[in-house]
Amino acid sequence: MLPESATLPQQPAKPTDRTAARARAVRNRTLLVQGCRLLVLAAVLGLWEWFARTGVIDPFNFSMPSRIGDQIWTWTTHGTAQGSLGAQVWATLYEALYGWLIGVTAGVLLGIALGRVRFLADVFGPYVKVLNAMPRIVLAPIFLIWFGLGPASKIASAVVLVFFPVFFNAFQGAREVDRNLVANARILGASNRQVTFQVVIPSATAWIFTSLHVSFGFSLIGAIVGEYIGATQGIGLLVANSQGTLNSAGVYAAMVILAVVALAAEGLLTLVEKRLFRWKPVQPGAER
Amino acid sequence: MTHDTSPAIELRGAGKAFRTPSGALHTAVRELDLTVGRGEFVAVVGPTGCGKSTTLTLVSGLEEPTEGEVLVGGEPVRGIGTDVGFVFQQDAVFPWRTVLSNVMAGPRFRGAAKAEARERARDWLARVGLSAFEDRYPHQLSGGQRKRVALAATFVNDPSILLMDEPFSALDVQTRALMSDQLLDLWAGTGSSVVFVTHDLEESIALADKVVVMTAGPATVKQVFTIDLPRPRKVEEVRLEPRFIEIYREIWSSLGEEVRITRERGTGNAA
Repeated sequence: MLPESATLPQQPAKPTDRTAARARAVRNRTLLVQGCRLLVLAAVLGLWEWFARTGVIDPFNFSMPSRIGDQIWTWTTHGTAQGSLGAQVWATLYEALYGWLIGVTAGVLLGIALGRVRFLADVFGPYVKVLNAMPRIVLAPIFLIWFGLGPASKIASAVVLVFFPVFFNAFQGAREVDRNLVANARILGASNRQVTFQVVIPSATAWIFTSLHVSFGFSLIGAIVGEYIGATQGIGLLVANSQGTLNSAGVYAAMVILAVVALAAEGLLTLVEKRLFRWKPVQPGAER
Repeated sequence: MTHDTSPAIELRGAGKAFRTPSGALHTAVRELDLTVGRGEFVAVVGPTGCGKSTTLTLVSGLEEPTEGEVLVGGEPVRGIGTDVGFVFQQDAVFPWRTVLSNVMAGPRFRGAAKAEARERARDWLARVGLSAFEDRYPHQLSGGQRKRVALAATFVNDPSILLMDEPFSALDVQTRALMSDQLLDLWAGTGSSVVFVTHDLEESIALADKVVVMTAGPATVKQVFTIDLPRPRKVEEVRLEPRFIEIYREIWSSLGEEVRITRERGTGNAA
């Protein structure tokens, strides 16, 4: 038996005065940072409100925080012109989620396939590059013509926005797998399929996950732009209608709602990621 | 020795040349002639960066020779053999698998049932003294512990050919001695043939039955020395024996020259 195998890492002994002082310093710093954050927010909103009320900026064009708050309140309590606020948020989320799921699935599958099979990469590589170089958001009007005013056209624009970042990350992830790990797996007896599923995909997940964060934002953009161009439901339509009635507070209010939705989705994704990456060492400074 | 008389490993005039990214042809090893008997422990020493590792990749089937022949068990190597185990220089454990799952990987890849694989893995984890760590992830272990996981993961497949590429070079001196002893213990029970690549002459003499000295790159076999130190050995003790020092001096007179040549070529291509 080896000495190390008998001893498990011990918890630190009872805290001394210095450790307590250090803990206090850390707590104080956290409080300070959070306090300053609030202060910045209050200052920005306060200045905006003040400038708008005193006429330094035109409240009709630039609106002001209190009006935006009122607008959100009205929408929440009395609903919007095209139905309840919840229904609008749900419509946008539904399109974004569907588009995201389809885009991510396609991106991951094709990325891994092209990353693993050299032949496919050589054949399709140039086409992928060309498609990626196109400003894909201009496809939204075309999708509107193809798929109509319903959710399908928004899902399609979300898919084309989501697909490429996910695809490139999955492709890169599959390409950059540690060659030692692959060699080791092959020596241990893994078939090509086993290498793909048990070595390449697990090591590519870190790459894929970074793209998932970004791409959910893209899918929201796809859905919103689609709605903005033409829809019967959704936050994008709220923006378009507010703009049409010269209601700048409405545009801002829709933006605020959207930000909240995006942050909530991001938080959910981080939660899933933490569970999935238990095997990873915690990197200092990795948490934001 | 078994009744089958063919040696475990045989290299006949084997050579390997790579294309470098700039398109030039780089010869890693040339005209390699080497025989490893069954159950024999052969250490390969040579200057750093001379192509020792390439020899192993040829035997393992990870790479094919561009010249000559490589035979394992009397048969030419075609692809990765099922009776080969390989311990890499760098960490090659799967970071997303627990220790137990890492050791189970080999049998599972080869189609063993989960319960059977688990049983065999636990047995080998016990032998390397890591039973208490089976639920850990590799990043929670020390370098020496990770190396032991790699050893267990290799031995669990019962390889008759064991290839080791400077496996302990990243470890500190004490851990290295400990691991060397452990390797000898593990190996003693298996009867497998070992090719152990290292640039540490002491390590090679302490472990091996036969020490092969390679020339400066492109490498080929320069000289083969038989080590007649009795087994079982303890690496830290055997080092102090007069016979050990005698052998060391004898081999160094051969190896030292190659090391000098490599150094004189400059540090640029052999770091």
